[in-house]
Amino acid sequence: MFGVTGDLAQKKLLPAIYDLANRGLLPPGFSLVGFARRDWHDQDFAKLTYDAVRAHARTSFREEVWKQVQEGIRFVPGEFSDPGAFDHLARCVSELDADRGTSGNRAFYLSIPPHQFPVVIGQLERSGLAAQDGRGWRRVVIEKPFGHDLASARDLNDLLATVFPPYSVFRIDHYLGKETVQNLLALRFANELFEPIWNRGYVDHVQITMAEDIGIGGRAGYYDGIGAARDVIQNHLLQLLALTAMEEPVSFAADALRAEKQKALSAVQIPDDLAEGTARGQYAAGWQGGVPVPGFLAEAGIAADSTTETYAAIRLGVDTRRWAGVPFYLRTGKRLAARMTEIAVIFQRAPHLPFNATDARELGQNALVIRVQPDEGVTLRFGSKVPGSAMEVRDVNMDFAYGQSFTESSPEAYERLLLDVLIGDPPLFPGHEEVELSWKILDPIESFWAEAGRPDPYPAGSAGPASADALMARDGRAWRRL
Amino acid sequence: MRIELSDTTASAVRSALIRASQQMGGLTTGVVLNLIVMTDEGEQYDAMKSAAQASREHPCQIIGVIARKPRGPRRLDAEIAVGENAPGQIVLLRIYGELNDHVDSVVTPLLVADTPVVIWWPGEGPEAPADDPLGVLGQRRITDVAASDDPRGRLLALAAGYRPGDTDLSWARTTSWRSLLAATLDRPPGQIYEAAVGAERDNPSAELMVAWLAGRLGIPVRREVSDGPGVTEVSFLTDGGKIVISRADGRNATLSRPGEPDRHVALHRRETGELLAEELRRLDPDEVYGEALATLVAAADYAAKAQATADLADEE
Repeated sequence: MFGVTGDLAQKKLLPAIYDLANRGLLPPGFSLVGFARRDWHDQDFAKLTYDAVRAHARTSFREEVWKQVQEGIRFVPGEFSDPGAFDHLARCVSELDADRGTSGNRAFYLSIPPHQFPVVIGQLERSGLAAQDGRGWRRVVIEKPFGHDLASARDLNDLLATVFPPYSVFRIDHYLGKETVQNLLALRFANELFEPIWNRGYVDHVQITMAEDIGIGGRAGYYDGIGAARDVIQNHLLQLLALTAMEEPVSFAADALRAEKQKALSAVQIPDDLAEGTARGQYAAGWQGGVPVPGFLAEAGIAADSTTETYAAIRLGVDTRRWAGVPFYLRTGKRLAARMTEIAVIFQRAPHLPFNATDARELGQNALVIRVQPDEGVTLRFGSKVPGSAMEVRDVNMDFAYGQSFTESSPEAYERLLLDVLIGDPPLFPGHEEVELSWKILDPIESFWAEAGRPDPYPAGSAGPASADALMARDGRAWRRL
Repeated sequence: MRIELSDTTASAVRSALIRASQQMGGLTTGVVLNLIVMTDEGEQYDAMKSAAQASREHPCQIIGVIARKPRGPRRLDAEIAVGENAPGQIVLLRIYGELNDHVDSVVTPLLVADTPVVIWWPGEGPEAPADDPLGVLGQRRITDVAASDDPRGRLLALAAGYRPGDTDLSWARTTSWRSLLAATLDRPPGQIYEAAVGAERDNPSAELMVAWLAGRLGIPVRREVSDGPGVTEVSFLTDGGKIVISRADGRNATLSRPGEPDRHVALHRRETGELLAEELRRLDPDEVYGEALATLVAAADYAAKAQATADLADEE
């Protein structure tokens, strides 16, 4: 693992490894080698791992499990540019083959900024660590961002392809590891109830939202110049769109699933008029959850004239027989009123209501909402008669909550994904074709925005800029409440 | 289950709510309303009790917002009760310092999704509820001018800021009177020349009833002052004589029609909880209330102009 001292490693990856071990899912002999620019020995890295596990592991701490994990922990100090350090790493890994029977199977987790990929990939090749020599598998795991536009995504892919064959590259989009997202597949394809109405005949529009209440925190260096659309829409939201819009895959094998997602993404159409079909914003100072917070431009490390957007909303079409004419609205933002990720399928109104005009005035549109986080579950909204002597119809909710139907807590997304890497099972990892298709969707929008001046300010703790509300209002619709 | 959080944030309160409702086995899944109660420490007990009473008819998440010292350091304290003496869940927020100007930033993240929002000010609420930072969240905004020192002035102010979706509990207090009056006039009374409403001084429900009768019947309606309690008498002067409905004890009314025996009708003054439950039954705008307010304003304007003309005549 490269980048073991980073936030992601300590909060998610190291605890996930312990949780897998605790559930008995790690292969015997599993070993973890940390590589970082620190003057450390094995026990220092073990201490870091121990602290991360105690602080963030999902399952309870058991001494004997920790001993098992600890026995396989190694640390190699060094710079990414230092060939000697990688030779040292190669020696360390072959020792593990001998000592712990890891039989040449290696996964390289690059939890590092993308600009360091070329040098690390180069070192892996030079030192023979990544050589596909028939003795065990060699896999590489990378995190978003997968480039910052189509060209850079292709460069990254070319770089990886020089060393690793496509089936050995695992791109992590941790959203796809979430139970609720996988449940979308179960909901659609395990049931008879929803699929018949999952089309333009019944669906009015779809809203996919990922709202965060936090600001950019300490990620100024990464975030400035990237923005909400590249950070979230390109990967998470377009993946959710693909899973919502795709046809039924012939199986859940990686190739079959990816083929359907690719078809859906390749059918995506951006608005003809980008000024009317997109909106972006930047948070200004305000109150979020009862606390005064600074605006984006006042955050440490952000230029006072930055035009990076912290909110983005886009209307997309999916040009297929199933979805023609049904808009998909995607929005994401930071410092919004609440933290919430959901996919909402909003159905058309009943063609005729045999009630008095005022009786059904409070009746909204039926909706199926997949709540990805927090409070994971599914809500079905429909109209019901209010008890009483008058015929009054109002919306009610039918609710499925994970926490109530399954008391076993869901595994963290990273547990599932790390396990899939070890097993070599890639359906939940986007292929490079999907990454490129997503950039093809986003690139024209980004270049339009680059010419369009400053993003619209919105107060922190609000539901986003007024321009995003106007986008919906032009279509006679409204965003769902955060 | 009760949880107390001191010096906290909205997101911590929300996490605690989600955890609590999961541990209690999904008591909140049937919630049909978010009821926000804007109150203060003195009246919070009664207000929350009435809200809990209304929530038995309409299971809701009640968010009580208590404004504490507006000066001093900013702080948020929260008290959560799930499954305690009311269906749904109750959140009591105590707001300190300048946070009082940003209550919406605390309340918004706590609202149950896909569920309408109703705001209730049991005390002196804002003059334009729909422009209030929290009022904009609500489908219905319920005020209560009876809590004011100058109910009539307050009603006129509310009328100026009226937006569909506003309503007032003094209007809800007239409901059983209004249905009785409507039932009385269901049998054609012949020509009605004038009407009168008797009630104690400073009774906003009587003002609204005068406006409602005047607007609906297109006749002059006098306002008479009695000793109460509440509205005591409504009478109509018709071709056939005088129809009188009187209620001296606040419980039972007597309907007298010329040439017919007196009839007794139960017409008790209702508690706040009952009134609130009635208001929550319909969430679309109460148009009749809007019309009554408009009539009230028109009558007040007319009276003011008449007074001004009379003053002018006196000077001359």
